[in-house]
Amino acid sequence: MTDENFNKQYDLAPHSRGRRTKSVIFYLLLLTAIGVSFTGLLSLIIEIGREGLPWLSWHFLTEFPSRFTEKAGMKSAIMGTVWVISFTALIIIPVGIGAAFYLEEYAKKNLLSKIIEINISNLAGVPSIVYGLLGLSVFVYYMGLGRSVLAGALTLSLLVLPIVIVVSREAIRTVPESHKQAAYALGANRFQVVYKVILPQAIPGIMTGTILALSRAIGEAAPMIAISALVYLTFVPTNPLDRFSVMPIQIFNWISRPQDGFRGLAAAGIIVLLITLLAMNALAIYIRNRTQIRSEE
Amino acid sequence: MQNTNLVNDPVRFKLGKRRGSLQEKIVGSIFFLCASVSIITTVAIVGTLLLQSIPFFQEVGVWEFLGGDRWSPILKPRAYGVLPLVLGTSLVAFISLLVAVPIGLLLAIFLSEYSPKRLRSILKPMLEVLAGIPTVVYGYFALTFVTPQLQNIFPDLMVFNALSAGLVMGLMITPMVSSLSEDAMTAVPQSLRNAAYALGATRREVATKVVVPAATSGIVASCLLSFSRAIGETMLVTIAAGATPKMTLNPLESIQTMTAYIVQLALGETPHGSLEYNTIFAVGLLLFIFTLAINLAGHFLVQHWKESV
Amino acid sequence: MPNNEAVLSVRDLSVYYGEFRAIKNISLSFQANKVTALIGPSGCGKSTLLRCLNRMNDLIPQAKVEGEVVYSQQDIYDPLVDPAQVRLHIGMVFQKPNPFPKSIFDNVAFGLKINGLTENIEDSVEKSLRSAALWDEVKDRLNESAMTLSGGQQQRLCIARTLAVEPEIILMDEPASALDPIGTLAIESLMRDLTERYTIVVVTHNMQQAARVSDETAFLMMDEDRAGYLVESGKTDNIFQNPQDERTEAYITGRFG
Repeated sequence: MTDENFNKQYDLAPHSRGRRTKSVIFYLLLLTAIGVSFTGLLSLIIEIGREGLPWLSWHFLTEFPSRFTEKAGMKSAIMGTVWVISFTALIIIPVGIGAAFYLEEYAKKNLLSKIIEINISNLAGVPSIVYGLLGLSVFVYYMGLGRSVLAGALTLSLLVLPIVIVVSREAIRTVPESHKQAAYALGANRFQVVYKVILPQAIPGIMTGTILALSRAIGEAAPMIAISALVYLTFVPTNPLDRFSVMPIQIFNWISRPQDGFRGLAAAGIIVLLITLLAMNALAIYIRNRTQIRSEE
Repeated sequence: MQNTNLVNDPVRFKLGKRRGSLQEKIVGSIFFLCASVSIITTVAIVGTLLLQSIPFFQEVGVWEFLGGDRWSPILKPRAYGVLPLVLGTSLVAFISLLVAVPIGLLLAIFLSEYSPKRLRSILKPMLEVLAGIPTVVYGYFALTFVTPQLQNIFPDLMVFNALSAGLVMGLMITPMVSSLSEDAMTAVPQSLRNAAYALGATRREVATKVVVPAATSGIVASCLLSFSRAIGETMLVTIAAGATPKMTLNPLESIQTMTAYIVQLALGETPHGSLEYNTIFAVGLLLFIFTLAINLAGHFLVQHWKESV
Repeated sequence: MPNNEAVLSVRDLSVYYGEFRAIKNISLSFQANKVTALIGPSGCGKSTLLRCLNRMNDLIPQAKVEGEVVYSQQDIYDPLVDPAQVRLHIGMVFQKPNPFPKSIFDNVAFGLKINGLTENIEDSVEKSLRSAALWDEVKDRLNESAMTLSGGQQQRLCIARTLAVEPEIILMDEPASALDPIGTLAIESLMRDLTERYTIVVVTHNMQQAARVSDETAFLMMDEDRAGYLVESGKTDNIFQNPQDERTEAYITGRFG
């Protein structure tokens, strides 16, 4: 972080008019950039609010989609999201934590761990539709799971696992080395140190990471379209092998319809999705702040 | 000795059997398996894309795929030249960079060199919000708001077009350019700035003539990684850019990107295992190769600037 | 009751961190129910030597040990020996107090729980806290967080935690250096009391402390290759009043260090 006060002092030096003009223009340019991005965000929010709020209602949340816009609702998409995200969480929490502990506490610094680390950062840059193709090939067809909730959850898990691993590793690293040493000195083996000393202290960070990963997963449409191949669904899943839809897919479906009412429905669906994301991120921030206040070291 | 505790039983100590060593080994193996999921994933991605596109290449041939300028795998007359999709992807990505790079860079300079703390605490969350919005939402925004507005300026603008998608995508990836560039800039040592100030430079001159050049490899890396993101983006272009693969550089026309094509087929009724079905893996493979190459270049540059600091 | 056998011996010990030799051919014995102080200038390997005595050095990835550390007629570095078992017999207290962010009770009980020694756990905890001269101060708030204790109390808590698993030997790495003078005095007095039942090995850079507290002293130094070696060892009184080696005398009289 630059030394603001130091910089401010030297800005008062007198310069030629040409130089000063350039500085003013540049500063205006900076403000324009801020203005443009802020305006962009603002108009997006306003537009969605304007179109979508009239369509929001309890009815909207509890009805199935329909050809008739007045009767349509998001129920199947919401329940589908709940099903898929629940299974995704069940998968990424143990696997992500296990991988993070392996890399931080068990692995020797050899070629294999380097390869694993490079892999994780590469996977974060792979387009999400490619994960959809992977899931389609491997989970839907090769493993015979069909276009099911489980296949969708597995695909999303692979997509967001790098997030959980990276954040969990950071959380593990914040546990002071001295606590680990004390535990070893009392005769603990490595798993006991992991389970009884590191894990309790790292849990808030791990939970934050999980919530971030899940909020990314909730917004993903492309891989889910590849897995589910449905955009119009009028039932809720009753077991993990059922077909499903998720909120982003439903929104996409409504956007694709040219009739007027569907635009409002799409916007309302977006509002529901965004509120869900807001709630999740607020939860993550709350957890992070609560533990920062509590940590005494 | 005072101890009656079994712990200090000398016989037990001498046996030296590693207590719980089996448990240790099992736990270590489980954790290792978890970590190797990432390697398995990469192998599975590459394997799937290759295996599923080989039948396609055997029938159509790599040169026709890479060199042909008509893409029509479903409608007759069939053609399997991928260039229109590549062109469509590049056009939208290029427009988005035209928006995101200047704005992102300016934002980064502001945050790194100019911004007072209070403004920072508004700007950074704003950027995080922009980065966290799902891309369907951006697609909606492009189609229902940006396109009609642009049609006032460009009466020839088609309902689905590359320009709206590109502009909105620019807004979407601005946070990425901004935060990565900002990291690179704040890593520039304060001593360099001090030297410039001591020679009478203005804040603008320090920012543009000292900090930005010093942070070049990090800034280029941020552009590369954002470009890769733009190429791989799916929903925004599916919604707003169109489903008509064309060899055109006119942003006012509708086009189709590689990613949008994959979605189109995934939603359709093409039977599993057919030639049309395998085209999505061929296009997917090409997409994967592009993004991998750009990401590797970007990460290499990030390593470079991290080491030079 | 005090006896003069060596309860722990170091034979020709050398320690390497990768290519760098940190300790060169040290041979030393530690007598039962006595306090032995390891003194010497910074970087001469005192802490490294201490960490070898209960295989805590194993936790450093490139560390390699040659020679023997003999406890209970066995080399603790024998491949068949479980380091965790060693540490139940030879405990360690660290320089900066490091209680777990748990309650006072859970801190002391930690070693007992992980080793499955949970019978009569409340009695064991009380006994350890009494031995560490902390019981009266905390007996009414055992469920409070250990972080609410002062620095000196935290260090005594760490000692109680170590005592709970009933080791025979307690290693202390500059245990009072992070404490104020009152805390320091409390720790030193505790060390003397503990010799009734335990053997103590303490690393200290404070010579007055070594002279006050220890029965035996070993003086280490660094050679040109920065490897630590043993210059002289023996009864504390002899080392301080009648050192055999002129380097010892120079260090003790403050001509360097």
